[in-house]
Amino acid sequence: MGEKMLMKGNEAIAEAAIRAGCRFYFGYPITPQSEISHYMARKMPEVNGTFIQAESEVAAINMVYGAASAGARVLTTSSSPGISLKQEGLSYIAGAELPAVIVNIVRSGPGLGGILPAQGDYFQAVKGGGHGDYKMVVLAPASVQEAYELTVEAFNIADRYRIASMIMGDGTLGQMMEVVEFRDEEDNKVYEKPWAATGTKLLRDHNVITSIYIDPVTLEKHNLNLQAKYKKISENETRVEVYNCDDADIIVAAYGTVARIVKNVIKTAEKEGIKVGLIRPVSLWPFPEKAFQKYADVPKAFLTVEMSAGQMVEDVRLSLNGRNEVHFYGRMGGMIPAQSEILDKIREILREAK
Amino acid sequence: MVLQEIIIAGFGGQGILSAGRLLAYAGMLGNMNVSWLPSYGPEMRGGTANCNVIITDGQVGSPILNSSTSLIVMNTPSLAKFESFVEPGGIIVIDSSLVDRKCTRNDIKVFEIPATRIASEMGNQVFANIILLGKLVAETNIISKENFELALKKTLPPRKHHLIPEEMKAFELGMNYN
Amino acid sequence: MAIVMKRPHALRDVPTTFCPGCTHGIIHRMIAECLDELDIEGKTIGISPVGCTYGNYEFFNCDMVQAAHGRAPAVATGVKRVNPDNVVFAYQGDGDLAAIGMAEIVHAATRGENITVIFANNTVYGMTSGQMAPTTILGQVTQTTPFGRKPEFHGFPIRVCELLSTLDGATFVERVSTHNIKNIINAKKAIKKAFKVQLAKKGFSIVEVLSTCPTNWGLNPSESLKRIEEELLPVFPLGNFKGKDLEV
Repeated sequence: MGEKMLMKGNEAIAEAAIRAGCRFYFGYPITPQSEISHYMARKMPEVNGTFIQAESEVAAINMVYGAASAGARVLTTSSSPGISLKQEGLSYIAGAELPAVIVNIVRSGPGLGGILPAQGDYFQAVKGGGHGDYKMVVLAPASVQEAYELTVEAFNIADRYRIASMIMGDGTLGQMMEVVEFRDEEDNKVYEKPWAATGTKLLRDHNVITSIYIDPVTLEKHNLNLQAKYKKISENETRVEVYNCDDADIIVAAYGTVARIVKNVIKTAEKEGIKVGLIRPVSLWPFPEKAFQKYADVPKAFLTVEMSAGQMVEDVRLSLNGRNEVHFYGRMGGMIPAQSEILDKIREILREAK
Repeated sequence: MVLQEIIIAGFGGQGILSAGRLLAYAGMLGNMNVSWLPSYGPEMRGGTANCNVIITDGQVGSPILNSSTSLIVMNTPSLAKFESFVEPGGIIVIDSSLVDRKCTRNDIKVFEIPATRIASEMGNQVFANIILLGKLVAETNIISKENFELALKKTLPPRKHHLIPEEMKAFELGMNYN
Repeated sequence: MAIVMKRPHALRDVPTTFCPGCTHGIIHRMIAECLDELDIEGKTIGISPVGCTYGNYEFFNCDMVQAAHGRAPAVATGVKRVNPDNVVFAYQGDGDLAAIGMAEIVHAATRGENITVIFANNTVYGMTSGQMAPTTILGQVTQTTPFGRKPEFHGFPIRVCELLSTLDGATFVERVSTHNIKNIINAKKAIKKAFKVQLAKKGFSIVEVLSTCPTNWGLNPSESLKRIEEELLPVFPLGNFKGKDLEV
């Protein structure tokens, strides 16, 4: 490993993108992710890259669509309300099978909501958001170091499968500083893009980037191809951290910074003789179903903790398919679940389970 | 295991966030694991500001503090809000030129320093945060003076490097304040 | 036998999807002729809009990117910034460009994006079956102005060239028409110049082409051409608004 730096999560994501070979960034200002734009505005000129402050989120995602069509590694970043505006473009990117990376530093909603951290965009990210049957790869880092590593990986996944990858962190991850250690050199695989719109040079038939298929037979076939691709991604790109789960009295499911809070809870609970395990989905889609299935019968119960009204908990339930109790504890509006609250909930569940 | 969980709180514009960042940076230079988390709000200046800093030779767990081993406060509302966060045996460093009441805890060590007044007498009120940091460092030994100076060099833009001797003077004043 | 007229190389050998008497086909042919004459087909990328010309990626031999409704200038921006030596054009209709895509066209122009926009204005939404467009003229009957466009209810038509020509970033702005041979020749000249402006890296160029929609106007093809001359020209005067004397 190489250089060590103290960086905000937002800055680490921006630096990671540049290290991953991204030279095109299109964005629109919104708190709490504006540091990414600031970083890109300063750094892109140094690497002969392009930074455009677009007129809107809608324009930004369509610039991404254009740059990806031309074969470039490209990034846009935003926060919840801005990501809502990008949903049209994301559906088109999925339909046209373009590689792109999108960052959502999630704030609290609905509507204009607030600027403090939340995880209320889980459904939007993993279940669609835009129209039609499509998926994005959604990666949820829990530390600044992981934000860097997953951002680089997001570009590779995007190119490998011609799909949009989203980095989803909450405002805490974007704003906090931690030590990040950069590799001296990234293992940036070069993916040939013979499908890209770069000009025929009169040497080949024209390339067409499109998501429209008026003929239903053709469109269904296109959809079946997409689904086959998503299945392959599910098999190859699922990421999860399983911590302390063997013989656990209770297993907590949490992602992002909430998982960090749970790790503190695990230590405190241990002092009381309660063994708490953690399953932390790193990829929210594809969801690590198998990890939950493996430990389905181990604990007395499962508990999902989120900064939402209960979104990921549905996927935990689907994965366990009735094999164990799944409880939920959540805070909303920018409120962060405190360690003591989570521990109280764990005690309550275990009391009732006895 | 070395572990300091530090909350620094006051008004926006007092250098609350930058004091925390300097501490974290110096911790990193001392090969510690660190995190720094600001309270972020729509207000850029004048509102309340606080940050959570963790410096440890173990793993940093949650970056969000529900309790702390030490606290620096630079206004009265922050004392009211955060004094209960400090774990028994912990420390509070108070800027007594700005905080108009006493700490009510008797199970922790309390240090009152009129940092803003001392800094004004030095000719630069903005060094108050550095004086308070000096006291915190003297009491906890969480970072070295050398790494603090190096952190200043690494984080300040070159056009502000001429201020470093003054800042170190403020830091030492805080370290030695009784 | 000598060939006096043939399909431009830049057009593919496929049937168009346009209604009889629609002038979209003429505009497509003019673009293709320009790509041939300037010998730029191999480095051109076209952006298809949403509207009757959504599928024009099938008509051109150059690489094509299909864009969401109104977003063609943003997509063109992305494509052009990646490969600035490519020639990038967007084809847009009046609903696409002047309603849902007004922000994108204004900002592409004001950034001075080095792209060319061909803007077909037929004063109506064609593909969705004849609703009011931002360029629908006062009194014009459409599906959504069944009693004619009334300013007190529907406001006024937007004059796109006049609006964009106020922007410092727009280099070449011209309005032309397709209602007779003389005007088609002028239109072709303007389109060619717009491409030349881009090739000279002089910035944003747009040609607004007054076009017909016999189906949704409820007129036959020759009546449609006459409508451009009699009803549209007074509202949308032809001519150059910017870049007339620019040597490229």
